[in-house]
Amino acid sequence: MVGAVLGELVPHVSSTLWLIPALPLIGAVVNLFLGNRLGKWAGILSTVLVFASFAVSLAAVLNLLTNASENRLAIEHLFDWISVGGFQVGADLRLDTLSATMILVVTGIGALIHLYSIGYMAEDPRRGRFFAYMNLFVFFMLMLVLGANYLVLYVGWEGVGLCSYLLIGFWYTVSGNAEAAKKAFITTRIGDTLMLIGLALLVFKFGTLDFEAIFGTAGSVLTKDAATVIALLLFAGAIGKSAQLPLQVWLPDAMAGPTPVSALIHAATMVTAGVYLVVRSHVLFELSGVALTVVLVIGVATALFAATCAIAQFDIKRVLAYSTISQLGYMFIAVGMHAYGVAMFFLAAHACYKALMFLGAGSVIHGVHDEQDMRQMGGLRRAMPWTFVTFTIGGLAQAGVPPLAGFFAKDALLEVANHTSRETVYVLGSIAAFLTAFYIGRMICMTFLGRARSDAAEHAHESGWVMLAPLVVLAIGVVAAGILQLNPEGVMTKALEPVVGAAALGGGLSVAALIGIAVAVALLSLAAAWWIYGSGRVDTVAFRARMEPMATAAQRGWYVDRAYDVAIVQPAKSVARLTSDVVDAVVIDGAVNGIAGLVKRSASGGKLLQTGFVRTYALVLFLGAVLVLGFIGVRG
Amino acid sequence: MRTPIAYFLMLAGILFAMGTVGVLVNRNALRIFMSVELQLNAVNLTLVSFARMHSDLGGQVLAFFSMVVAAAEVVVGLAIIVSIYRRRRTIDVDAAREMRW
Repeated sequence: MVGAVLGELVPHVSSTLWLIPALPLIGAVVNLFLGNRLGKWAGILSTVLVFASFAVSLAAVLNLLTNASENRLAIEHLFDWISVGGFQVGADLRLDTLSATMILVVTGIGALIHLYSIGYMAEDPRRGRFFAYMNLFVFFMLMLVLGANYLVLYVGWEGVGLCSYLLIGFWYTVSGNAEAAKKAFITTRIGDTLMLIGLALLVFKFGTLDFEAIFGTAGSVLTKDAATVIALLLFAGAIGKSAQLPLQVWLPDAMAGPTPVSALIHAATMVTAGVYLVVRSHVLFELSGVALTVVLVIGVATALFAATCAIAQFDIKRVLAYSTISQLGYMFIAVGMHAYGVAMFFLAAHACYKALMFLGAGSVIHGVHDEQDMRQMGGLRRAMPWTFVTFTIGGLAQAGVPPLAGFFAKDALLEVANHTSRETVYVLGSIAAFLTAFYIGRMICMTFLGRARSDAAEHAHESGWVMLAPLVVLAIGVVAAGILQLNPEGVMTKALEPVVGAAALGGGLSVAALIGIAVAVALLSLAAAWWIYGSGRVDTVAFRARMEPMATAAQRGWYVDRAYDVAIVQPAKSVARLTSDVVDAVVIDGAVNGIAGLVKRSASGGKLLQTGFVRTYALVLFLGAVLVLGFIGVRG
Repeated sequence: MRTPIAYFLMLAGILFAMGTVGVLVNRNALRIFMSVELQLNAVNLTLVSFARMHSDLGGQVLAFFSMVVAAAEVVVGLAIIVSIYRRRRTIDVDAAREMRW
């Protein structure tokens, strides 16, 4: 019983956790008010603060790990936030091995991306504002993962949504960017609203939002159906935030933001908040059972769907966007199979290699003078050797080539699928893995191999060390992170076990066979991609033409956007037009103007009484007084 | 022997009527103003008379209040008349009739 395991965690009282989110908050406030006067110091300040936050996080986590595994929980009560009748919500922070994983990812990768941004945004006149938003994002993300109750989590949840909106639309003067920002905000809002309803149900059922209290008593308080409803509502929030089917449409458009934003928010941290939420709430999902199946199905569908879209993209950032959606689908597959440790390792590994690839893509975009179309690239390996090597390491990690982190993550996931007799998931997961390796191979070939296909690519230049250093550090991380999870019961799973419990594994294919199949899939797929896009033996334009109309459909995300436009956006606009042109203009304005006109017409006669002669007024006053007094006199 | 109260009231009535007629027939703002003062004083006289009749000081106190208020009102009123004169070189109230429809 998972809940019982939770109850055995003995909390420590901590007094330094608040520093972790406070440091980036200071940077956000300072940069918000003074950022544009600080010049280049704005970036340095916020980067130093996030690094400091990482140092504090690391110290806190190491301190936590010195405890015995059942004592690895620290709670910090900052202040009583809401206290209404019997309903109490405290601003509490909670550090256990689950939030420890998240804060290390957020601050560690966040710090590297901040460092990179100093170089990437060096020319931008509004970089003070940029770093303010970035720091604010890190603050909210840390609140999200450190919160000890659902309300603190929700504040962080909405806060990161806001920062995502602000940063996607950061270059708002460029046409379309503001639209993309709005789309991201509104789409995720659908999920957020459902999630809020879920939280309201939790308050209704438990009278509290505290994790410890809810998970400790969930088994006795909730019926199976109630747990299903609440879990699915929470999962709806996760679907929006993590861009899963059917709310995946916002993430590809979110690439309008600066590339470091895509790396930090739309690859490494914010989009993984949905996975964190489900893992954090796993007690409710376990109670329901049905909800976990829904998570699994959505995960599989999204992983496959987005992988097919990624193959057909030409914009290097959109490939990465779809690949992120697909990888998030993988994480939900792991969650759906009760393999929370695997999901969290997948999350951490993905954060490393996807941040690495995004930053590499940013370096490429910088190097070829703001060109994002891969058809205009090619041959960049000579001009940008550092970017090429690090990007390729990230790519191979995602494709699942050992011994990189991504291999262990995907292999552990498929092993769990196989050893829990989920044959369909295993086969579909392997197909998605094949597609993944294919689009990664295609991207690397089109960008770095072959010959330059445009002037910009001919004259590409390598980025400065500020941008390359984070790439190198992340590449080392991608290579080294595998030791945390060599198999489904690796270090990470063991560390998370007190919080999330362990998945029961049965038998299946032997581990060696599974590894063999996974590696064969990845290498075959990469080889196929190289044959088509890298060897020069296939005419890629003709190859694509033969694939029409499937290629264009995949490139457009299988027209989901258009379907939503027809089914939801246009009807909504029609209703809006009806209310504005008919209800507002005719009914409401008609009533207001009608009353005003009536008063005006009736006044046109009465106003003639106003002669302007003071003595007339005096006379009328006098006569009126006589009349009133006479009336009183007559009545007696 | 006391003077009958009716005398005072009749005097007050005559003063008030004179004031009223003065307000209605004069066009000079100053004269209208003086007529208003006459009306006020007629009322004050009434107040004092009734106060004496009922042996109640309240009426006299009210008369003082009314004088003080009248004094303040005179200040404001004269200031307005002076400024009207400065602007228009006349204090004929019929000339100042822009405030209409």
